[in-house]
Amino acid sequence: MEIERYEVISSDEIDAAEALRINSLKETSQQAIPDPDRWLEEELRRNVLLTTVDYAVDWARSRSIFPLMFGLACCAFEMIGSAASRFDISRFGMDIFRWSPRQADLMIVAGTLTWKMAPAVKLVYEQMAEPKWVIAMGACAISGGTFRESYSVVPGINHIIPVDVYVPGCPPRPEGLLYGITKIHKKIGKESIKTS
Amino acid sequence: MTIALNGEEVAEKIRGAFPGSVVAADKAAVIVTNQSLYQVAEFLKNTAGLDFDYLTDLTAVDYLDYFEVVYHLTSLKHNHSLVLKTRCYEREKPVVSSVVNLWRAADFQEREVYDLMGITFEGHPNLKRLLLWEGFVGHPLRRDYL
Repeated sequence: MEIERYEVISSDEIDAAEALRINSLKETSQQAIPDPDRWLEEELRRNVLLTTVDYAVDWARSRSIFPLMFGLACCAFEMIGSAASRFDISRFGMDIFRWSPRQADLMIVAGTLTWKMAPAVKLVYEQMAEPKWVIAMGACAISGGTFRESYSVVPGINHIIPVDVYVPGCPPRPEGLLYGITKIHKKIGKESIKTS
Repeated sequence: MTIALNGEEVAEKIRGAFPGSVVAADKAAVIVTNQSLYQVAEFLKNTAGLDFDYLTDLTAVDYLDYFEVVYHLTSLKHNHSLVLKTRCYEREKPVVSSVVNLWRAADFQEREVYDLMGITFEGHPNLKRLLLWEGFVGHPLRRDYL
């Protein structure tokens, strides 16, 4: 049987490997990663031939972003609420929350990030295919929130992954999250297929 | 409704079986000495009429002079509950005997107390950190952390 080929790893080894991962990540992420915010001041200088293609591609991309379910704490409930029937996120084409990062474009990190979860967030972000965007939802994801001084909380997810849009609130109302998503649409609208 | 037993009455029974083990008893809880904890717990579990076969909770409190380990016991048979406490006056390496052999629920609870408060449980089969990662320095829920 094939099962006999796999050896059982003891839990001590798993713990040691996890500790190594977390400690090395903690040491390398003391500084915040600078935000990719060049799109805010970029002028739309495009040549005529590419304009139509760019416009069409960006229009198509922004109208059907697949978000990745990454609710960590209480903000997840507001994210789910925005996906429910009153604040319908499916109006924006985003009704399918993908569970697999390989199939998602937008990662909405909703909730407090702890150091123990941080390597998992980094792994999931790296598994997403380009082009990808990240929304930091809620005070805890933006800067650690009320728990910033704690021994176990990452002071903002921009220490681990680069963030495109910050949605403030504790928790932000669903309309706030949808406003953040429209900002992502604007950001996508400024991308050219030459550079992305 | 689960009746919370009066600590003084239960303390009388415990004193009858193990003289000198009860430090204090009031209506809410029974406080026993560290050395007699395991025997008292076994007595509470096995005596007919008390029959505390379910450990509801196991936590610890840090008063700066001592640590207090708190056990919430419930009897499913008689539908009554009791609070048992023990104090540990060591600050550097506090040791309390583990009750894992009596109630399996104590397994993870004691690991959590070890992780966050630093109290070692003697006789625990696998006393490792549970919520924090291995290699974390310090015990965060102590009063003098930070």
